[in-house]
Amino acid sequence: MSAGVPWDAARAQEIISAHLGLEGPALPILHAVKKEFGYVPEAAVPLIADALNVSRAEMHGVVTFYHEFNREPHGRHVLKICRAEACQSLGAEKLARDFLAQLKIEWGQTTPDGALTVEPIYCLGLCAHSPSALYDDEPMGWVDAERLNEIAAEAQNK
Amino acid sequence: MTKVYVPLDFAAQAMGAERVVAAIEKEAALRGVNVQIVRNGSRGLLWLEPLVEVETTEGRVGYGNVKPSDVPALFDAGFLFGGAHSSSIGKVEEHPYWKRQKRITFKRCGVIDALSLDEYIAHGGFRGLARAFAIGPEKTIEEIATSGLRGRGGAGFPVGIKWKTVHDCKADRKYVVVNADEGDSGTFADRMIMEGDPFSLIEGMIICGHAIGADKGYVYLRVEYPQTAKVLGKAVELARAAGWLGPKVNGSNDFAFDVEVRIAAGAYVCGEETSLLESLEGKRGIVRAKPPFPAFEGLFGKPTVVNNVLSIATAPMILEDGGAAYASYGMDRSRGTIPLQIAGNVKFGGLFEAPFGLKLSEIVNDIGGGTLSGRPVKAVQVGGPLGAYVPVSLFDTPFDYEAYTKVDSLIGHGGLVVFDDTVDMSWMARFGMEFCAVESCGKCTPCRIGSTRGVETIDKIRAGENVASNIDLLKDLCNTMKFGSLCALGGFAPYPVESALRHFPEDFQKPALEAAAE
Ligand SMILES: Cc1cc2nc3c(=O)[nH]c(=O)nc-3n(C[C@H](O)[C@H](O)[C@H](O)COP(=O)(O)O)c2cc1C
Ligand code: SF4
Ligand code: FES
Repeated sequence: MSAGVPWDAARAQEIISAHLGLEGPALPILHAVKKEFGYVPEAAVPLIADALNVSRAEMHGVVTFYHEFNREPHGRHVLKICRAEACQSLGAEKLARDFLAQLKIEWGQTTPDGALTVEPIYCLGLCAHSPSALYDDEPMGWVDAERLNEIAAEAQNK
Repeated sequence: MTKVYVPLDFAAQAMGAERVVAAIEKEAALRGVNVQIVRNGSRGLLWLEPLVEVETTEGRVGYGNVKPSDVPALFDAGFLFGGAHSSSIGKVEEHPYWKRQKRITFKRCGVIDALSLDEYIAHGGFRGLARAFAIGPEKTIEEIATSGLRGRGGAGFPVGIKWKTVHDCKADRKYVVVNADEGDSGTFADRMIMEGDPFSLIEGMIICGHAIGADKGYVYLRVEYPQTAKVLGKAVELARAAGWLGPKVNGSNDFAFDVEVRIAAGAYVCGEETSLLESLEGKRGIVRAKPPFPAFEGLFGKPTVVNNVLSIATAPMILEDGGAAYASYGMDRSRGTIPLQIAGNVKFGGLFEAPFGLKLSEIVNDIGGGTLSGRPVKAVQVGGPLGAYVPVSLFDTPFDYEAYTKVDSLIGHGGLVVFDDTVDMSWMARFGMEFCAVESCGKCTPCRIGSTRGVETIDKIRAGENVASNIDLLKDLCNTMKFGSLCALGGFAPYPVESALRHFPEDFQKPALEAAAE
């Protein structure tokens, strides 16, 4: 499951404060915010900026630099399909393209029922089991169309 | 009680290891037999994962590709005593893929319980550290220099020189930073050692910290490795609880050292050391101009050793056995062993540690067993997304830093991605440029703009538009990127493209219609 709890500024402030003892706490804070809310809400940016004593523009720059910090909520489940070279050597590109076409979405989008977000990922270190994917927290090797269909069905039902 | 080993490695998990553990526990309970399940790392015979091993009086016997549904039959076959079953591979350490290796960095990986300090110590753990404490920082650095160990992250810079530089700096604070961003496709050695023998990395960091005079170490770990974060995080806790980290490290005179694992956020460029440091500091991962080098002004402006996971995790073995022993392996200026990662379209994908000098023909055909598809090999991309596509005609090049440079390639982090003859090299070239465009930090124009232009130009070539002049344009562009980029992302992105053009020109000459149909 990737969906978090609804935005709550007081809770966000707590998360931020808990990390202020670290050296260079921005990334740990952003990870913790994402974990709590499922994404990094726009409203979190000024709170973090103030706590770290940097400008909002600077903090915005940090959030948007990294692929990991999605600024909109994901679907109930997230499937990351590897697009890197080893996975491509065994047909990952076509596999993913067909799957996206079947779901009628593009990379990074969520199915209209909110069940599944599909994102590209560039290597999971599972390159001896290409093509690979990560479904929520579960890694999968030697993925084929059948397995992807099972995931789509499972995502819908949970 | 019989010990049954099921790897906790991410790749084993991806092939169902957790469900196999549950099935074994359930079946053992049903039959009222006592088994102790040990979570080891992977031995690197990855195509066999999950590779279940049973400890018998004759040694450890392996069962490959075990599925939960196989488990009752395994019990029936007496696998707890090494009984025969169709999945049996016999004694694991007699398997040719294991036996042919020279395991130094990975000597414990897959053998021991990954999270047992007792087993770590029983297999030689912390002996290197004890020796480092006994001989002191200067001699420690000399041992590393003698070993000839070069940075395993890609650039191949001598580790001893880097440590000495930071050691010689006067500063109130210094840092050890481990680069665990392992972003290259086709690589998983860092991941495997951190999951399979995490204490070796921690021990290496303490040795480095003691040698250079740092009391704090960070591991910058890519977010794509959730299992590594769990295992390594746990290992750090265990090491701290047992006094191997903290205000007085076991066996030292008041040497304080601690380790923190920091999770990255999905930017490939943050594997570049200065971008990594910016990111650790909490900023955008924009590459810094060098000099100043991180050895002088690194994390928070302090002298910092930035080393790859394998560089650091090899230090304990070097200290334990002496630098000369390590240097006795390898060829020319590439000393010691390299953990090769054999991946992609290959039958026996996995990790194979061997002295430098093997040829691709041996690695791919002999050790790797050829392609998984059974079709002819067309090319191997060596060294990740910035590495060249090596054609079969160059398969005799020995695996060695300088030998690869000579043929316009690089060994990088030791990742090998095998492609069969169905691959379209103009597509792979396009992908290389696209990857560079997606991952560019944006600081310099040749990389930021050049990669996007590269994608457009290759699209035109693939569509059959003014092919000859567009190929010239692409070559020009590659040249500009190579010589005008600040870091190796923009500077090396042309390698896969140029090698594709040079060795597979026919893939850029397809009729317009055929290309459009793809
Ligand atoms: C774009 C880019 C990505 C890199 N990624 C990594 C990486 O994931 N891991 C790594 O150890 N080195 C990586 N490097 C190399 C580092 O900049 C640096 O050379 C290395 O961490 C030094 O450690 P070593 O000497 O032990 O190899 C990368 C370099 C570039 C230009
Ligand atoms: S080459 Fe690319 S990644 Fe490297 S500094 Fe320039 S823009 Fe950034
Ligand atoms: S390339 Fe897909 S897991 Fe490494």
